[in-house]
Amino acid sequence: MINDIVSWLGEAANRDDIIQRLGEHVGYALLATGIAALIAIPAGMWIGHTGRGRFAVVNISGFARAIPTLGLLYFIVLWLGPNLSGDLAFLLPSLIVLIVLAIPPMLAGTYAGIDEVDPAARDAARGMGMRGSQVLFKVEIPCALPLIFSGLRSALLQVVATATIAATAGLGGLGRFLIDGLSVRDYPQMAAGAVLVAALALAIDLVVAVIQRLVVSRGITGRHRTRRDRAAVRSTDDSLSTTTVTVGTVN
Amino acid sequence: MKHSKAILVSVSALALAGLTACGSGGGGSPLDAPTKAGSAGSGGAVVVGSANFPESELLMDIYAGALKAKGVTVETKPNIGSRETYIPALQDGSIDLVPEYTGVLDQYFNKAAKASDSEAVYAELKAALPATLTVLDKSAAEDKDAVVVTKETAAKYSLSSIADLAPVAKDIVLGGPPEWKTRESGVPGLKKVYGLTFKEFKALDAGGPLTVQALKNGQVQAANLFTTDPNIPANGFVALEDPKSFFAAQNVVPLITKSKVNDTISAALNAVSAKLDTATLAGLVKEVVIDKKDAEDVADAFLKKASLG
Amino acid sequence: MDWFTSHLDDVWELLVTHAYLAGVPLLIGLLIALPLGWLARRFSWAYPPLIVGTGLLYTLPSLAVFILLPGILGTRILDPVNVLVAMTVYTVALLVRTVADGLGAIPDDVRLAANAMGYRPIRRLLGVELPLAVPVISAGLRVAAVSNVSIVSVAAIIGVAQLGSLFTDGFNRDFFPPIITGIVACGVLSLVFDIVIVVVTRLLTPWTRARTAS
Repeated sequence: MINDIVSWLGEAANRDDIIQRLGEHVGYALLATGIAALIAIPAGMWIGHTGRGRFAVVNISGFARAIPTLGLLYFIVLWLGPNLSGDLAFLLPSLIVLIVLAIPPMLAGTYAGIDEVDPAARDAARGMGMRGSQVLFKVEIPCALPLIFSGLRSALLQVVATATIAATAGLGGLGRFLIDGLSVRDYPQMAAGAVLVAALALAIDLVVAVIQRLVVSRGITGRHRTRRDRAAVRSTDDSLSTTTVTVGTVN
Repeated sequence: MKHSKAILVSVSALALAGLTACGSGGGGSPLDAPTKAGSAGSGGAVVVGSANFPESELLMDIYAGALKAKGVTVETKPNIGSRETYIPALQDGSIDLVPEYTGVLDQYFNKAAKASDSEAVYAELKAALPATLTVLDKSAAEDKDAVVVTKETAAKYSLSSIADLAPVAKDIVLGGPPEWKTRESGVPGLKKVYGLTFKEFKALDAGGPLTVQALKNGQVQAANLFTTDPNIPANGFVALEDPKSFFAAQNVVPLITKSKVNDTISAALNAVSAKLDTATLAGLVKEVVIDKKDAEDVADAFLKKASLG
Repeated sequence: MDWFTSHLDDVWELLVTHAYLAGVPLLIGLLIALPLGWLARRFSWAYPPLIVGTGLLYTLPSLAVFILLPGILGTRILDPVNVLVAMTVYTVALLVRTVADGLGAIPDDVRLAANAMGYRPIRRLLGVELPLAVPVISAGLRVAAVSNVSIVSVAAIIGVAQLGSLFTDGFNRDFFPPIITGIVACGVLSLVFDIVIVVVTRLLTPWTRARTAS
């Protein structure tokens, strides 16, 4: 099996194909996660900062997670497909599904991150004369970054893995190797595709982890964020704070 | 004290989980019973499978219904996938019977297949089948692969046969099921036989909504659909002629595991094949695909009318 | 709605199979994840390989796992066991980290107190640490449950019948009612799993209610 995968990956004839599909896959993943982030992160910040709409977050996240990806994809393809021209007909439905998938972890991560900021830190900021927006941008967001990143990372992983299913609806990307391999029972091609997806997911996660390390203040990542924070997570046993320790997988 | 109660609850929960897990291996599950019955080798239920397109599922239901009417225990496994998936499923005993098409099946087992008319294909197929499999009588109903274009495209390039595509193929994107990319009866064969090199091949689905949609909306200019597909007349598509008989005869035929065949089964299935012709099949497919009736109901109605049910 | 009411029996049958394919792996996965998570927490050298290793598992695309498993397990292509094993793998992938973090979140004071009361390590684990980790583990289980329900539907592409078959059927015929029915049924199933987990968690953690009551 491993030999087959290696030889398939090494075959010169496959190289251009692999590079093209890899590029497409990264493109879809970044586009979908990017759009989702533009929606989820500001929304999560607003909700976390104002404390309003918490109920909505829990329910929307839970609801979105419960939508089976395959069903949603087929539904949107049949619904939107006839009204779209060009390659958009293949891209847009899949993109919508991936965005729906990426929003809940980022929304919950951002919300929980802001919500769990030590009230003392918030009070101290106010005491220093900061206005609401200053408190948000100078204190709450920096403190919430680890959880925001954790939401981003789980969103990326899910999107990278799930984008493969979109190949059943005519999308490109690494999923093509799985679907095309499946239709002719070419195991090496499928296995190689699966390995490429996993490797890509890992590589993207590493890159984001490095960015996270550069961006997040050491005062937060330092020794303080160990036992005490985990204890805090445990004691607030609602479903939101759990997004900090678990990553959904819907691929 | 509270903790000991918690232990008790967790332990019993775990025990329950363990029991459930064991149960799943022991045959107490809702899934095991039918699957096991189907895999019991000779005797037991006949498991009828189908490919991943509506006509195949409809034929599966027709076969299953005809067998049931003769008192055979049947189980159905629809939507298994393409030939490259359901034939191995047939060979490993996951299924016993599947509706097939003579020409493509012949090409699947015999890379050197060259027969093109109905009788020759059937004879060639019988010789090519592995020892464990056999086909029963073929029906008159035919459902061939076709290269289909829209009326507008046909007019624009004055296309009436696949051969007419040769000078313009470089501007044309072809859509079809993913397996067409490598299958001899797909893109490679079209190149060899008609000298067609398309601008691009787009992997879609096996004559399903993706392909129809893409052809209608112009994402592809030519597509692989099946000749019985009701979407062809419904959308005014043009199925191009095949002067070189690249697509061999495709009579509907039951492919079955040899060890499962007995007189009752072959009589029942041969009776079905005798009653099926292309127009009838196309009409039944239309009821499923366009009128959205259940394949099973359409199959039952057909069997009743043919006094086979 | 007409389609749904005339296909109640079919939908129910698919729902039961779906619940089985998604639910059983949840329990088996939990049983496997508990010792692995404990290992990861108990021996610090084991944490990175276990967390990264199991984490890697869920980056594997489900479709590929469903199809490649028969080759690895020697099972038959349409055997539901393939789906059960795949879903167990995903459940373990999700839960090992949760179990490890849940056990890790227990304050040192509690551990020390248990030691002082004469608890031995095993009894302390089962009698003190595990029960205290239940809320975190159960939260992870809820995520896994919802995710399982969604992933199982993908198996319809390879011909394993469950609610996902409604998606492929509707898609093949360009027909919305089965697809919508399938989506709603999956949602209902997720909800049922969620409720069961929440209720069991409440039974297992009576002290949390005592706290809210007071």
